[in-house]
Amino acid sequence: MGQREGAAGLTTHAPQAAQAVTLPGSLDEAVAALAAMPTAVPVAGGTDLMAAVNSGQLRPAALVGLGRISEIRGWQYLDGHALLGAGLTHARMGRPDFAALIPALAAAARAAGPPQIRNAGTLGGNIAAAAPTGDALPVLAALEATLIIAGPDGARREIPVSHLLAGMEMLRGGELIGFVRVPLLHAPQVFLKATGRTGPGRAIASVALVLDPARRGVRCAVGAIAPMPLRPLDAEQWVAQLIDWDGGRTIVPEALNAFGDYVAAACIPDPAPAEDGTPGQLPPAVLHLRRTVAVLARRALGRALS
Amino acid sequence: MTNETATAPSAVPAPAAEPVPHGLGVTLPSQDARAKTEGTFPYAADLWAEGLLWAAVLRSPHPRARIVSIDTSHARAMPGVQAVVTHEDVPGNALHGRGTADRPMFASEVVRHHGEPIAAVAADHPDTARMAAAAIMVDYEVLDPVTDPELAFEAEPLHPDGNLIRHIPLRHGDPDAIGEVVVEGLYRIGRQDPAPIGAEAGLAVPRPDGGVELYVASTDPHTDRDAAAACYGLEPERVKIVVTGVPGATADREDQGFQLPLGLLALTTGRPVKLSATREESFLGHVHRHPTLLRYRHHADAEGTLVKVEAQILLDAGAYADTSSDALAAAVAFACGPYVVPNAFIEGWAVRTNNPPSGHVRGEGAMQVCAAYEAQMDKLAKKLGVDPADLRMRNVMATGDMLPTGQSVTCPAPVAELLEAVRDHPLPPLPKDTPEDEWLLPGGPEGAGEPGAVRRGVGYGIGMVHMLGAEGADEVSTATVKVHDGVATVLCAAVETGQGFTTLARQIVQETLGIEEVHVAPVDTDQPPAGAGCRGRHTWVSGGAVERAAKMVRTQLLQPLAHKFGMSTELLQITDGKITSYDGVLSTTVTEAMDGKELWATAQCRPHPTEPLDGAGQGDAFVGMSFCAIRAVVDVDIEIGSVRVVELAVAQDVGRVLNPAQIAARIEAGVTQGVGAALTENLRTPRGLVRHPDLTGYALPTALDAPDIQIVKLVEERDVVAPFGAKSVSAVPVVTTPAAVASAVRAATGRPVNRLPIRPQAAVVTGQ
Repeated sequence: MGQREGAAGLTTHAPQAAQAVTLPGSLDEAVAALAAMPTAVPVAGGTDLMAAVNSGQLRPAALVGLGRISEIRGWQYLDGHALLGAGLTHARMGRPDFAALIPALAAAARAAGPPQIRNAGTLGGNIAAAAPTGDALPVLAALEATLIIAGPDGARREIPVSHLLAGMEMLRGGELIGFVRVPLLHAPQVFLKATGRTGPGRAIASVALVLDPARRGVRCAVGAIAPMPLRPLDAEQWVAQLIDWDGGRTIVPEALNAFGDYVAAACIPDPAPAEDGTPGQLPPAVLHLRRTVAVLARRALGRALS
Repeated sequence: MTNETATAPSAVPAPAAEPVPHGLGVTLPSQDARAKTEGTFPYAADLWAEGLLWAAVLRSPHPRARIVSIDTSHARAMPGVQAVVTHEDVPGNALHGRGTADRPMFASEVVRHHGEPIAAVAADHPDTARMAAAAIMVDYEVLDPVTDPELAFEAEPLHPDGNLIRHIPLRHGDPDAIGEVVVEGLYRIGRQDPAPIGAEAGLAVPRPDGGVELYVASTDPHTDRDAAAACYGLEPERVKIVVTGVPGATADREDQGFQLPLGLLALTTGRPVKLSATREESFLGHVHRHPTLLRYRHHADAEGTLVKVEAQILLDAGAYADTSSDALAAAVAFACGPYVVPNAFIEGWAVRTNNPPSGHVRGEGAMQVCAAYEAQMDKLAKKLGVDPADLRMRNVMATGDMLPTGQSVTCPAPVAELLEAVRDHPLPPLPKDTPEDEWLLPGGPEGAGEPGAVRRGVGYGIGMVHMLGAEGADEVSTATVKVHDGVATVLCAAVETGQGFTTLARQIVQETLGIEEVHVAPVDTDQPPAGAGCRGRHTWVSGGAVERAAKMVRTQLLQPLAHKFGMSTELLQITDGKITSYDGVLSTTVTEAMDGKELWATAQCRPHPTEPLDGAGQGDAFVGMSFCAIRAVVDVDIEIGSVRVVELAVAQDVGRVLNPAQIAARIEAGVTQGVGAALTENLRTPRGLVRHPDLTGYALPTALDAPDIQIVKLVEERDVVAPFGAKSVSAVPVVTTPAAVASAVRAATGRPVNRLPIRPQAAVVTGQ
């Protein structure tokens, strides 16, 4: 109590509680660590997990930190695809070299919150958390990405990202998302997000749209308006026929508007008519959401084709 | 360079080359700025004492329920739990509350809002304390909450005091006056949260005399002490509040819902107890801005001169009254704004509901009515087909005009000058359609903005707010100045909340005594009261007390010299530590004149008294007022409804600039808080339950949301009754900004925009 610190000789140091944390150096070591401690929880950036811990919703018995696994923090090329490590941070994906490769994913990464979050949050974490507002998810759905799941004893299996997000296939105990396989399309891609503010915020609605010139396809996914990204398949096919693929990839302007409305109506359908046959009315807030989706889809296609 | 080792780490090494600024009217940097920047400044959450326990508060999950039983046996049985306290353990069991004492420390029979404290636990680990709090079994009989303030009048009483907290039927002028042009509107203002950047925290230490010391970031330590002493059944002398570093205070800081249990747990266990609130608890605990419903009718003649204003104003006070009575007085008195209105009929109510309690947040009452009367002015301008700025200019008040309360505005009221300054300021350039400017689109960088859908709008807001407590509140502050060995010390219980009081106190003493080194002592309740740090009180009242005390010290210092040379002290002056006489005959230093003595002086400052508003809302209720005009320029994406505030040009009536950098910082902070209220900040409470009590769900403005803030003009017309002639600067930009932003969105979209914050669907132009 010799020196005065703060008020009345009180110091500013609190003792820290110890925590069981494993820091494996490879994917297989991480899987082994999870198998050894079934109650342990894997943590990468911790931007979702630690918020749950802090709010008391989650009390992990132990943590397996994935931050030191260098093999999942970069990417490599594989038969016309990119194999993205699950530990890629949003900040890394937002950089120009990555943007040249997969522009929509880079745009989603840049929009995914303030710099602190982007520096910590990872691609794999975004998929594992599967929040409706996860910005990478509609892009991965539009790209029809597949996940490479690492299991015990070096086992690897692939599942489409949409299967995981829709709950058709689940991660089993001790499994980790190792890589994300994304096709390299060499064509414009767009990700647009409406947040209701200028600063970083959660999406009210988002649209990812990619062109696949080799297959003459347009693929679009709408995020944040449902528990998982929605794919308006009919609208995609309809609009793909209208694009002049051999010329300058042009389309008549009216089709842009119609595409927006088509996507919005597919994602937010009209309510069933009442028993007496009068058409159902969407509440004003939902109507605004539908209008926003239409505008985003229209603008996304317009930008992809411009 | 020569003796680096001797430099204390906290001392700011001043560059030797340039003279250090001192005195009034210059930018003197704040002394704790460096520690705050480096993260070494101790806030309440950083405090630590040997053997301390951790507290947790159990809060109601229901907005309204009857408590059937509380069973603490499971919690008490948990290892590590040292004490569990409920309403049965409160010795004084007095009601407390700022403004009105109507709140129990712990709910006993009924809970009246989501987050009301029910019990508290002290344990040897924070997690244990939280788990034990969760293990307290409370049997509730859940009741239907009253959450619509309009239904509160007819609902059964939610509190023994009834549901109507205050009603002011203001009547001024001729009720039969009718204008040729009439506009009407209904406006709703949301619930802004002060969201202090540091959540509530504190440490309670028991005293050997059976009392307790509370180390908390209080902004009104004496009021908090009296409330605590009453609740503990102790004499006020045995409860001491020591003010720690305050991490942000734009409202009454310190939620007594955690402060009072903290001290009680320390008294019960005989050990120090600490609590550091989570963000969620912080949102649940402290008071919010009053959600308000306003109905207006403006009458004007064909030229646009206002004839009559009729209004009904309903403040949702939440479960407890707090300072709602003051907020209502401000709302009713300023319901017409800084305009000349010969006939005004304003009816205001503050009612109790089961929503979270509302209280003092910068510019309360005045901000809500400003949004409404400025919307009415826009409507009137549109109906008359005149320029909104011209219409305002035609009606603005000046010094000597009368408020609807019958009070003459005797302080400077340069409203026309302010409006002229912002109106004539050059407009910001339109962004060029280049990739570099893409981030300037509404929706921000990586947003969906498209230049073709963006419309620009220009709007105006003029606001006013009162300074100091109103309606007969005893405004008084006491300060002591001590000079010894060439160093001056100021003792005053005015809390430095970031408003710059410590810097101002140093400046005042430097100016009066010519002493360079001035220290401001930490605040505790052993000092005489200085009042709450709000409404510009400390610049005016505490600053005035410091000046008087410093002048008394000056007289003590100069009297012997003056006597010796046969002249009056007025003929001597002190500059840069030297005392010289008017004719230059006498020249000595302050140190020499002190001759090793220690000089003390204590002085009080008490502004002229005010009176309560009477049954017709009439009376001289306010000590002074400050005014502000803002021109907002916004870009709106009319298809999505996203709004970007491009620029806010501010002209403000400040009386006198005491510290230019500090004034600019306060105005920028106020404007930014106003942008939050205009666009994003709204704590939603469907069915009385607080939703998203976190900083992801509650969107404070970030650097990207904050506009370019141009301080176009600071009108320095000294207020003769205020010490130094200075007016408070923090509140009036908060009052005015939301109105200006809404006016600009109205101009851009042609939509009515009658609700704050402005939702995207209100800024969409559907057309066709």
